[in-house]
Amino acid sequence: MNATALGCFANRYVMLMLGLAIVLFMSLVALCAPLLAPYSPATLHLEHILEPPSSQFWLGTDRLGRDVFSRMLYGGRVSLWVGFVAVGISVSIGTVLGLMSGYFQRWVDEVIMRAVDIMLCFPSFFLILAVIAFLEPDMTNIMIVIGLTSWMGVARLVRADTLTLREREFVAAARLVGVRSGHILFRHILPNALAPVLITATLGVAGAILVESSLSFLGLGVQPPTASWGNMLMEGKAVIEIAPWLSVYPGLAILFTVLGYNLLGESLRDILDPRLKQ
Amino acid sequence: MANTIDPLLRRFSGIILRILKKTFWMFLVLIGITLISFFVIHLAPGSPSDMETTLNPFAGETARRQLEALYGLDRPLYAQYLDWVVRLLYFDFGNSMSADARPVLTKIAERLPLTIGINVASLFLVLILAIPLGIITACKQNSLLDRVVTILVFLGFAMPSFWFALLLMLFFGIEHQWFPVSGLTSLNFQELGFWEKCVDIIRHLTLPLIVYTVGGLAGMSRYMRACMLEVLRQDYILTARSKGLSQITVILRHALRNALLPVITLLGLSIPGLIGGSVIIESIFALPGLGQLFYTAVMARDYTTIMGNLVLGAVLTLVGNLLADICYGFADPRIRSTRGCD
Repeated sequence: MNATALGCFANRYVMLMLGLAIVLFMSLVALCAPLLAPYSPATLHLEHILEPPSSQFWLGTDRLGRDVFSRMLYGGRVSLWVGFVAVGISVSIGTVLGLMSGYFQRWVDEVIMRAVDIMLCFPSFFLILAVIAFLEPDMTNIMIVIGLTSWMGVARLVRADTLTLREREFVAAARLVGVRSGHILFRHILPNALAPVLITATLGVAGAILVESSLSFLGLGVQPPTASWGNMLMEGKAVIEIAPWLSVYPGLAILFTVLGYNLLGESLRDILDPRLKQ
Repeated sequence: MANTIDPLLRRFSGIILRILKKTFWMFLVLIGITLISFFVIHLAPGSPSDMETTLNPFAGETARRQLEALYGLDRPLYAQYLDWVVRLLYFDFGNSMSADARPVLTKIAERLPLTIGINVASLFLVLILAIPLGIITACKQNSLLDRVVTILVFLGFAMPSFWFALLLMLFFGIEHQWFPVSGLTSLNFQELGFWEKCVDIIRHLTLPLIVYTVGGLAGMSRYMRACMLEVLRQDYILTARSKGLSQITVILRHALRNALLPVITLLGLSIPGLIGGSVIIESIFALPGLGQLFYTAVMARDYTTIMGNLVLGAVLTLVGNLLADICYGFADPRIRSTRGCD
C-alpha cells in the first residue's frame, strides 16, 4: 500500500467517524431534548419578545417570546422521526419490489420497472405538495407521502443485486431442496443485498429531512405550535429584518444533520460497496 | 461513395428508430402519470368549491351543488377523467377552477417564460462552473484544491436551498441593500427606460439565480469529477499518453468528451428537481413564476390548474430525457451502432 492509497483509506474512515459522530450527537440531543432544553418549547415569555441571543436565551426568542434553543431541540425530534419513518416506508417498499423484480423476472420485472420509470418522471415535489395540502398537513401524512415517492432508487439497486444473486449456487441449492420463494428471497438473497439498502437508507434520511423542512417552510409541513426546523425558518422569515437570528440557527441545524447522514452514507458506500462508487 | 453514405444512413436510421420507440414509451408513461395524479388529486378530501361555499357563511348547499355542476365535479370520476384526457389531446387544459376562471393554458403561458428562463440560465452557469471544476479536481485528485472543493460540495448538498436564500437576503438584501429581495420589478418600473428596465429585472433575479446555481453546482461538479476519474482510468487514455500527447490534449480531446456523456443524462434527469425547487425559491423571492402558480392552485384546490402543471412538468421531464438520449446518441458512436438497433 503506497502513501496515496493510505491517504484515501484514512480519509474514508475520517469521513465515516465524522458522519457517525454527527448522527449520534444529533440523535442523542433529540432524544434528550426534555432534559437539555432550558425552557419548554411552548412557554411564552411575553416580556422577552424577539430578543437577540443572550445568556438567558442562548439563541434568542421568537415573536411570541419562545426560547429558540429549546424549540430547536424539540424540532430535531420531529426532523429525525420524519426522516426515519419515511425512509423505513420507502426502503420496505423498494426492497420488496426490487427482490420480486429481480427474482421472478418476466412480467413481474417488466411491470415493476416500468412503475419505477413512471415514478422517476414525476415532478415528485409537486405531487407531494398537492397531496399534503389536500390531506391536511400533519406529520403522519408527510412521512407516508415522502416514503411513497422515494422508493425507486432502492428498488433498482436491490433488483440489480438480486439478478446476480439468484444465479448463485446457494440459491440453486435452496431451490433444489424445495425452499419456498418467499423464504429464498428474504432469508437467502436479502441478507446478501443489504449493503446497498443500508447505504440508500442512510442517504435517504438526509433527503427526507430536507423535504420535510422544505414543506414546513412552505407552511405545508409540520404545523405550529409544534416546532420543526422548517416552520421555525418560516416564522423567522416574516421578521427577518428585525430578528435575523431566527433565520440562521434552525438552518444550521438542518445543514449539520443532513451533512452527518450524507457523510455517513457516502463513506459507507466507499467502504462496503466499491462497485456503487460513482 | 456509396460506402461512406451507407453506414451514415444506417447510423441515423438507428437513432430515428430509437427516438420512435422512446416516444411511444413516453406516451405510455404520460398516460400513467395523468392517471395517477388525476385520481389522487380528485379522491383527496376537499374540493375547489370549498373557497366559495364551505368557507362562505352566505352560501348554502344549493350553491355548492350548482358550483360543482358548473365544474363538472358531480359526474363519475372516470367520466371526468376521460373528458379531461380527450380535451388534453387538443391542448385544452380546461378553465381554472379559481374565481377568475381563465383558461389554464393562458395562466401557465404567462408564467412559463420566467421559470424556464431562470432555470436555463442557472443550468448554463452550473455547467460553465462545474465542468472545469470537475476536470481540475479529477486531474489533481487528493490535492488541497480537491479536498476544499469536496468539503464545499458536501456542505452544498446538505444546505437547504430556502435557508441559503434567507442568508443571501440577510446579507445582500438587508445588511448591505445591494440587491432587492422580492418581486420581479421595482415599484417605479413603469417610469423606467428600456435599459433601466432590463437592469432592474436583472437586479431582482440575481439572488434567485445564485440560489439555483449553487444548488445545482454541488451535484454537478461532483458528478463531473467522478465521470472524469472513471474515464482517466481507461486504456485509451493510457494509449494517448504513451503516444506522447500533452496533458492538455489528452484531457480536453480524449477524456472530456467521454466524461461529458453521463453529465448529459444527468441534465435530463434533473428537470423534475428543478421544477419542484422553483416552488420554494419563487415563493421566497415572490417571483411570479410557475412554482408560485402551482402553490396558489394547490391552496385553492384548483384541480384543472394543478393537473395542467403536473402534466406540463411530466412532459418537460420526458422531453428532457429524450433530448438527453438523442444528444447521447450523437455524442457516443458506440450507442449509435450497437444499442441503437436493438
